[in-house]
Amino acid sequence: MDFGSINPVILIASLMVAATPILLAAIGELVVEKAGVLNLGVEGMMITGAVAGFAVAVTTQNPYLGMLAAIVAGALVSMLFAVLTQILMANQVASGLALTLFGLGFSALLGQSYVGIVPPRTPKLDFGPLTDLPVVGPILFNHDILVYVSIALVAAVWYWLNYSRGGRVLRAVGENHDSAHALGYKVTRVRILSIAFGGACAGLGGAYLSLVRVPQWTEGMTAGAGWIALALVVFASWRPWRALAGAYLFGGIMVLQLNLQAAGFRIPVEYLAMSPYIITILVLVIMSSNRARRSMAAPGSLGRSFHAAG
Amino acid sequence: MKRRELLATSAAALGLAAVGTGARAQSPLKVGFVYIGPPGDFGYTYGHDQARLAAQEHFGSAVETSYVENVPEGPDAERIMTQMALSGADMIVATSFGYGPSLNAVAQRFPNIAFEHATGYLQEAPNVSLFSARFYEGRAVIGTIAGRMTTSNKIGYIASFPIPEVIRGINAAYIHAKKVNPDVELSVVWVFSWFDPAQEAAAAQALIEQGCDIIMQHTDSTAPLSVAQERGALTFGQASDMTQFAPDVHLTAIIDNWAPYYIERIQAKLDGTWAAENVWLGIGAGEVAFAPFNDRIPAEVQEEANALIEAIGSGAYHPFTGPLNKQDGSAWLAEGEIADDGTLLGMSFYVEGITGEIPG
Amino acid sequence: MLRLEKRPSPSKLWNYATPVVAVLLTMIAGGILFMALGKNPFEAIKLIFWDPLFSEQFASYSRPQLLIKAGPLILIAVGLSVGFRAGIWNIGAEGQYIIGALCAAAVALAFYPAESWLVFPLMIIAGAAGGWAWAMVPAILKTRFNTNEILVSLLMVYIAEKLLAAAATGFMRNPQGSGFPGSRNIHNYASASNQELIANTGMHWGVVAALIAVIFTYVLLQRHILGFHVQLAGQAPRAARFAGVAPARLVLMCLGLSGAFAGMAGMFEVAGPARLITIDFNAGYGFTAIIVAFLGRLHPVGIVLAGLLLALTYIGGELAQFMLNLPAAAIQVFQGMLLFFLLALDVLSNYRVRLSFPSRSSEVV
Repeated sequence: MDFGSINPVILIASLMVAATPILLAAIGELVVEKAGVLNLGVEGMMITGAVAGFAVAVTTQNPYLGMLAAIVAGALVSMLFAVLTQILMANQVASGLALTLFGLGFSALLGQSYVGIVPPRTPKLDFGPLTDLPVVGPILFNHDILVYVSIALVAAVWYWLNYSRGGRVLRAVGENHDSAHALGYKVTRVRILSIAFGGACAGLGGAYLSLVRVPQWTEGMTAGAGWIALALVVFASWRPWRALAGAYLFGGIMVLQLNLQAAGFRIPVEYLAMSPYIITILVLVIMSSNRARRSMAAPGSLGRSFHAAG
Repeated sequence: MKRRELLATSAAALGLAAVGTGARAQSPLKVGFVYIGPPGDFGYTYGHDQARLAAQEHFGSAVETSYVENVPEGPDAERIMTQMALSGADMIVATSFGYGPSLNAVAQRFPNIAFEHATGYLQEAPNVSLFSARFYEGRAVIGTIAGRMTTSNKIGYIASFPIPEVIRGINAAYIHAKKVNPDVELSVVWVFSWFDPAQEAAAAQALIEQGCDIIMQHTDSTAPLSVAQERGALTFGQASDMTQFAPDVHLTAIIDNWAPYYIERIQAKLDGTWAAENVWLGIGAGEVAFAPFNDRIPAEVQEEANALIEAIGSGAYHPFTGPLNKQDGSAWLAEGEIADDGTLLGMSFYVEGITGEIPG
Repeated sequence: MLRLEKRPSPSKLWNYATPVVAVLLTMIAGGILFMALGKNPFEAIKLIFWDPLFSEQFASYSRPQLLIKAGPLILIAVGLSVGFRAGIWNIGAEGQYIIGALCAAAVALAFYPAESWLVFPLMIIAGAAGGWAWAMVPAILKTRFNTNEILVSLLMVYIAEKLLAAAATGFMRNPQGSGFPGSRNIHNYASASNQELIANTGMHWGVVAALIAVIFTYVLLQRHILGFHVQLAGQAPRAARFAGVAPARLVLMCLGLSGAFAGMAGMFEVAGPARLITIDFNAGYGFTAIIVAFLGRLHPVGIVLAGLLLALTYIGGELAQFMLNLPAAAIQVFQGMLLFFLLALDVLSNYRVRLSFPSRSSEVV
């Protein structure tokens, strides 16, 4: 019954696992929002990935093929949103909500014959003796592949957004689509590709839940993870490394409060559960009020439709 | 043991129910089920749906069952029940306590329809019957097994919401673990959700890290079992046999077996003898059952558990038998005294020895 | 190559035709889905669209239910539509709805069991004030710190949901409820009860409020200077500033109005159809209302129709579930398709579709 009973090393290792699905979905949505598109359908894409990944993994008995299928399925279902908002100029907020509704129903239909089945196990990567190192072993060398993929993805997105031509184009499109268009950038194409990337990441995040974290298929199993991912992007003020920090913070708060309970501390769980959102709002306020840091505010064209006149 | 308590039987309801079925002797009896979750949850709603299918098979063409899943409590539930009533249902079964206010309102409008409400507590019409299962009897049995099998003397318990049903289960498990192992400690983690796989998994992880080597759960997903399997902690299934999710460490499961009750009540409705009741059935009636014991449970523990099942089932033993004190040390039950159902139904306190507080 | 060309003003013909075409397309696609699930598609479609309105067996009950289901959706959606027209995005109506209900319930529970005609009006005020206050958080952060209101209003939903769970299991729990979560039954408390005004019509105070809100919003948008400002801010923000529209005031107005409407919807719901505060009291009305607002093209009359249409698919969908043993998921997919078609076809009223061969240099596809 003291803080000493909570081992920080194991705490960190387990919060990394808890954070991975929301991190994967968030890093995808971050790119989408950087391109100026607000896709509220993350939950729908995650659950589609969860069921597709599960079904393929069970059928092929190979979890990695399942993950691949989840990526494809997430990207495909996101194309519904892309067609609606980018080609048919439908409102993004409404289309995103419709996508979530559709995804939840569609996945439940597809998954009906996969209830109560155990998927093939996703092994942890083998680092040999490194795993047994004190402190760094459990934190760095004792996870399944997707934990590393999620971190690598953060690094790749960060690098790509900041140091590649494609990244600059994407940011220009998100900041001001009219000027980007005037500069000759293909606004619609950039956005459709971003949406596909976001769908793929969300799908993979969903598969992490159904194949690694739980692992089982039940309808509605994402249980709001997609919405947390949306909050996380805001918390990160659209910066990849902050998304990582934020995911670990969100995951950390959850894991820590459960650990504190398990260790016998009396904590007001029902109020503590609000804290990540309150913190996110505060972060958002600080970001947007600080004029010197305007670059951290929301992308200028976020949520607005673009139609090239002429 | 008195297996059935007739707390509320009304002659008027009897008469009305009889008239209701008599008029429809030829066409099949229609039974509508209102589920709180999806039948595919492999937990609570799955149990009810298995029972529905069993009843359907038992009666064949004499009975026609249908269901609506994922029904939110409140106006939606009320509308669905009314529409079922209008579609000619003779009996409506609703599976969540939160349907209570709606169900009673609908029942008052359709006095000829038999309403069966699982885990409810409101009975404001003569045609509302309440039924529930004494799952705490099952918890007493797995508590005993846990108390015998823990080596760290720390048992973890993943709890959903602080309601009497859950608190009763915690108390029953603790009392019986303590009985066979005085050194046992219980850690309760509240996740404030019935179904959140990610959080349940994290809770199981946290408990194992705190030294618990046995995990019990009162939430619906199989996520904690998978964690236990991976970490080598022992565990129990919830609501149905979950062996396949944790073949090495799944010791047994408390199985919700509603089929005998459904079959009996539908039969009564067919016979025109249906009357509102308030029953709370347990191991004795077969409503609370167990999955096959894992071979890891030593023979003598299996014997002990079976003896307890037998004693509870026959009514020779009640899991809440004094002497028992409340958590604050105040006396609750004297030596040999048995808890009354009223207290159990509204249980909102821990028994002595459990550390931590009930939130809320 | 297909190309879209913006119409100078929305096409009148397509304005009326697209919803009909969308419903027809949904029937076809949905029919195929139901057939794939082994059900009779005609029977399923009839159960969803026809039976709740016209069948002898259900209609007398279902028709009033349409009002009960659509009432809160319409009330919330008209409030949202004003802001949406001005480009002010409140997507947190779900949270404002919850807080409105909690505040109203708090008033009722504070007076319980005293009977007084004052209780109900006070509850309405409390509900509206609660929703308004919850919406003021994103509004003030927007005007003061330029914080994105889409995101803050969404985040406030999660906080409201946690608060609701805490209320239902903790501080608002019915002391006579045998320890079960949930407040007292407010519907059974005469002074606080939102009863049906005329028996078997579904007409309760919430529906009346929704109708008043629709008329109010219509007049506001058509006849009032504020309505003009709203339109201007949405279509030409820069021109609006020159015309003397104070953006900060507009934000406070729009978010406040939608919050108050959503809070009121929560109040009427908790005192009426929902009967009490429960853990899952919200059931997604605030999010569904956003869809209703867009399906109604942000027009008060359109919103009424959209709200009724969506309510019809809910009620008919439930019928189809237990009459045909269709899974709930199939109905959800069906509704998703309806939304997709409605949103997709809207393009026809705002754009002309042209067949053209673009020259390489200037086109962006």
